Amino acid sequence: MTRPHRRVLEAFARWQEASILVVALLLIAWFENANHDFLLTNASLENLSQFVAPAAIISCGEIMLMIGGEIDLSAGMVFALAPFVMYFAAQAGIPVILALLLGLVAAGGVGLANGVITLVLGIPSFVTTLGTLFLVNGLTLTISHGTPVTPPGGPMLAQFMGAWGYSEILWAFGVVAVLHVVLRHTRWGLHTTASGANETGAREAGIRVMRIKIGNFVLSGVLSGLTGCLEAFRIGSIDPQAGGNQIMFLAVAAGVIGGTSLAGGSGTIIGGLIGALVLGVLNDGFTLIGINAFLFNIILGAAILAAMLFNTYIRRLARQGGRR
Amino acid sequence: MSDHRETLRADNIVKRFGAVTALDGVSLTLRQGEILGILGDNGAGKSTLMKILTGYQPPSSGRLVIDGSEVALGSVDHARSLGIECVYQDLALANSLSVYHNMFLNREILYGGPLRLLNHRAMRRRAAESLAGMGVHIPSVDLPVERLSGGQRQAIAVARAVTSDARILLLDEPLAAMGAREAGLIIDLLLRLKQEGRHSIAMIMHNYAQTLDIADRIVLMQHGKITYEKDAAATSVAELMEIVRREYRATRERTTSLRGA
Repeated sequence: MTRPHRRVLEAFARWQEASILVVALLLIAWFENANHDFLLTNASLENLSQFVAPAAIISCGEIMLMIGGEIDLSAGMVFALAPFVMYFAAQAGIPVILALLLGLVAAGGVGLANGVITLVLGIPSFVTTLGTLFLVNGLTLTISHGTPVTPPGGPMLAQFMGAWGYSEILWAFGVVAVLHVVLRHTRWGLHTTASGANETGAREAGIRVMRIKIGNFVLSGVLSGLTGCLEAFRIGSIDPQAGGNQIMFLAVAAGVIGGTSLAGGSGTIIGGLIGALVLGVLNDGFTLIGINAFLFNIILGAAILAAMLFNTYIRRLARQGGRR
Repeated sequence: MSDHRETLRADNIVKRFGAVTALDGVSLTLRQGEILGILGDNGAGKSTLMKILTGYQPPSSGRLVIDGSEVALGSVDHARSLGIECVYQDLALANSLSVYHNMFLNREILYGGPLRLLNHRAMRRRAAESLAGMGVHIPSVDLPVERLSGGQRQAIAVARAVTSDARILLLDEPLAAMGAREAGLIIDLLLRLKQEGRHSIAMIMHNYAQTLDIADRIVLMQHGKITYEKDAAATSVAELMEIVRREYRATRERTTSLRGA
């Protein structure tokens, strides 16, 4: 292989976000060409943002966990639980803001349980969160009697928390910005990466791996709960069937497409946002040019595999070229 | 060098894991500016001893004296605050992180202020300076360590320990699985540190010849005990081999006679 080629590969490997951003832009250009209403109308842009936002927010938590070598399968069920906790707290006469916080605390509590069971009792997180997935789902269905309710609070709160067309994507940008800084510019982020890259080594360096990972489980829980509340306010209804495994897998897929390794040790928050954008563009784009939902899943699956292969292959090539 | 003051002393250290006694009363001393080579078979208790000296595990009984005062090491952080740093066999490096992040892992330089953000620039500069000062040459401190060779990685790990203001360095097989040129890199680094005389270094080794080249003094561990101790200049590979051979024969005879009975 010639030198310039290698340099391009190296650049791609170093800025994983750049490579997936190129994919996102190409997709947007292609759909825009196929259907001129794709981005330039307010309605479709809003629609796109509302698909991207929940996946992006939840993927932030999943990415932090995946970088540490863990995963949270219960995210979609915590998504459904949190707004119900908020609803019942408000029903009990607690001010709405506090009720909302209680919902997030409950979501964080599930995350804490996930973390403690995984780290203290030594159960793989895949199994732990598979258990809490069903457990939390059952809990939500039980306390809600399976019936949707209306979110508490006045219109101001609702607008702020998701009812206004673009408020959810603004939340997503905010969460992504904060967590990007946390991952790249704080000890917490660095230690999360170190724990995923070399857990024993991190521990021997004096890093409190258990505390870091449990913290990230709590984070994932809170972000899932927040997303559930945002979606409840946006739709104007708290549905026990909302969220679910679909949104959780979309969030994990967004992270993986964005360049986060499931094996731990590396990943990017910005990549997760772009990954969610790619999924949203595929979803909306195919809907607008009239391709059905069944085909979407085929394309989504292929996209995840392609992204994984791309990341692995590019990295391997760059590494072979880079050793001096 | 032996007239220098004592920086670390272990008195009668015992470590049991359930019914297994990994260390059976180990005593050793380490003086300022000296390199102590610890030799012994697999399972002789060398690594367990290291883990106790770094506060990774507490001993079942025994005393540790550091700079003249007795201490009970509660954690790796505690040992580190007393100036003890260890470079483990399994390399405590995070492969996907850059060289400078690894060198400052859990000792990061932070910006002031309430956010306490990482000061990447300062860490990058300091890492490059101290590696250059130690004669460790790598293409860039921005490279993830997975892109470096085994010898370079080991050099980074040793350099990390050195730059941490540690005075007592514990090295767990610093030359394991390394070719001659790679090993030369580390040997040069250790000899340079010895010349500076600011550190006390204890290293677990397998290769007798290399150990005699680098160390001032050697101890031999067998079955959780120190069975032999001498200045490196006063012994030879042949003498060390003879001790190990004698031990091996004795074990063989015991097992054959047991089988015979």
